[in-house]
Amino acid sequence: MELNDFITHFVEQFDETPSVTITGDTDFKNELPEWDSLTAMSVIAMIIDEYDVSLKGEELKNCTTINDIFELVKSKK
Amino acid sequence: MALTIINNVSIKGIAAAVPKETVLNNNEKFSTTTGVYERRIAPSSVCTSDLCEEAANKLISDLNVDKNDIGILVFISQTPDYQIPVTSTILQHKLNLSQSCICFDVPLGCSGYVYGLQIISSLISNGSIKKGLLLVGDTVSKQINPKDQSTEPLFGDAGTATLLEYNTVASPIYFNLGSDGSGFKTIIIPDGGYRNRITESSLESYIIDGLERRKCDLHLEGIDVFNFGVSKVPKIINEFTNHFDIDLDNIDYFVFHQANKFMNDKIYKKLKINNDKVLTSLHKFGNTSSATIPLTIIHNLDNIKKDTNLLFCGFGVGLSWGSCYIKSDEIYCSKLIEI
Repeated sequence: MELNDFITHFVEQFDETPSVTITGDTDFKNELPEWDSLTAMSVIAMIIDEYDVSLKGEELKNCTTINDIFELVKSKK
Repeated sequence: MALTIINNVSIKGIAAAVPKETVLNNNEKFSTTTGVYERRIAPSSVCTSDLCEEAANKLISDLNVDKNDIGILVFISQTPDYQIPVTSTILQHKLNLSQSCICFDVPLGCSGYVYGLQIISSLISNGSIKKGLLLVGDTVSKQINPKDQSTEPLFGDAGTATLLEYNTVASPIYFNLGSDGSGFKTIIIPDGGYRNRITESSLESYIIDGLERRKCDLHLEGIDVFNFGVSKVPKIINEFTNHFDIDLDNIDYFVFHQANKFMNDKIYKKLKINNDKVLTSLHKFGNTSSATIPLTIIHNLDNIKKDTNLLFCGFGVGLSWGSCYIKSDEIYCSKLIEI
C-alpha cells in the first residue's frame, strides 16, 4: 500500500479542508480544524473499506501524524 | 451465542410515548452524517417510567385488556426512577395491576427490546402466564453532558409498551442474544455506581479529544461503537439466519436499533438488505436507546398484518446484542402519544 494513495483517501473524508495542506507529516488532530468525531468515523470506515483493517479508538488516539496512521494500517494488513 | 426458539407467544400490540418538546439539530454536517435532525426531550419532571406508563395505559385501553390477566411486567431501561427500588413495581402500582404480577427491571440499553421480548416470551411460553407487559424506554437526555457535541445532538427520549400473549397457535419466535463485556467501556457512565462512587471530582468538567465531559456523564467511544456495529452486527445476523435457515429476502420489515445513519447504512450494505424494507425513525427522534425498535415501528406502521415477517436487531451498550425473527400475528400499533 502506498502513502500517497492513503493520503488521497484520507483527504476525501474532509469537505472543506484544501487537500494541498494535508501531507504525511500533518498532525491531523491539531492542524485540521475539520477533524472531529464524525471525520474520525469516516476515516475508520475508509480504512475498513479500502484496506480491510479495523483500527481501535485507542490506536487512533496514539497516532499523531497521518503517516502514523498509515504505518499502523500497514502493520495490520 | 444464545440461539433460542420460543413457542406459544404472540405480540398483540405496541404503543409509544414521546415528550412534546422538540429540539432541532443545527449542525448540518452532523445531521447528514448521523441522520438525526430533531429529537424529543423530556422535562426534568418526566421520567422514562412516565412515558412507559402513558404507552401502557393507551395499549391496555385500546386493546380492552383485563389487567388481572397481566402476569408479568418487565421494565427495561437505563434511566430508572430510583437506584432502588425497581421501577417495575412502581409501574405495577400506578397501572393498578394485580399483586400477583411478576415485576422486575432489566437495565439494558440498545439490546434491551429484543432481550425483553425473549425474557417475557420465555416466561409466558408454558402457559402459566396469560399476558405480559414489556415496558421499554430511556430518557438519555438526562445522562449526557449538554456540551458534549458527540452525544448531545444524537440522543432523544421515549417510552414504549408491548403486550405479549400466550397463544398455542402462534408461529415460533427465533432469538439470538449475545454479550461481549470486553467492550464495557465503549458506552459507559464511569461514576455513580459502586465501582467509582460519586465524589466532587465526578462533577468536574474535562476536555478529551475536544469533547467536554464529566465522569458522571454518558461517555461514547464513537470509533469503537462504529467498529462493533459494522464488524460484529453483520456477523451476528448471518450466524442467526444461517442457523435457523432464515432467508433475508423474505423479510418484510427490518427494524434495527437506531444508532446512527452512517453506521446503520454500512450494516445494511454489508448484509445486502433491500433499503425499501428498512424502517427508520432516527431523523425524527434520534437514538432513544432501548426504545428505538418499538418507536420506529409506531412511527412507520399503523398496524402489522398477520404473517408479516419481521427482523429486529438491537446492539450496543454492554456490549450486548439481540436479534429476533418473528412471523407475526396481527399486531395493533397505537397512534404515537406526545405528552
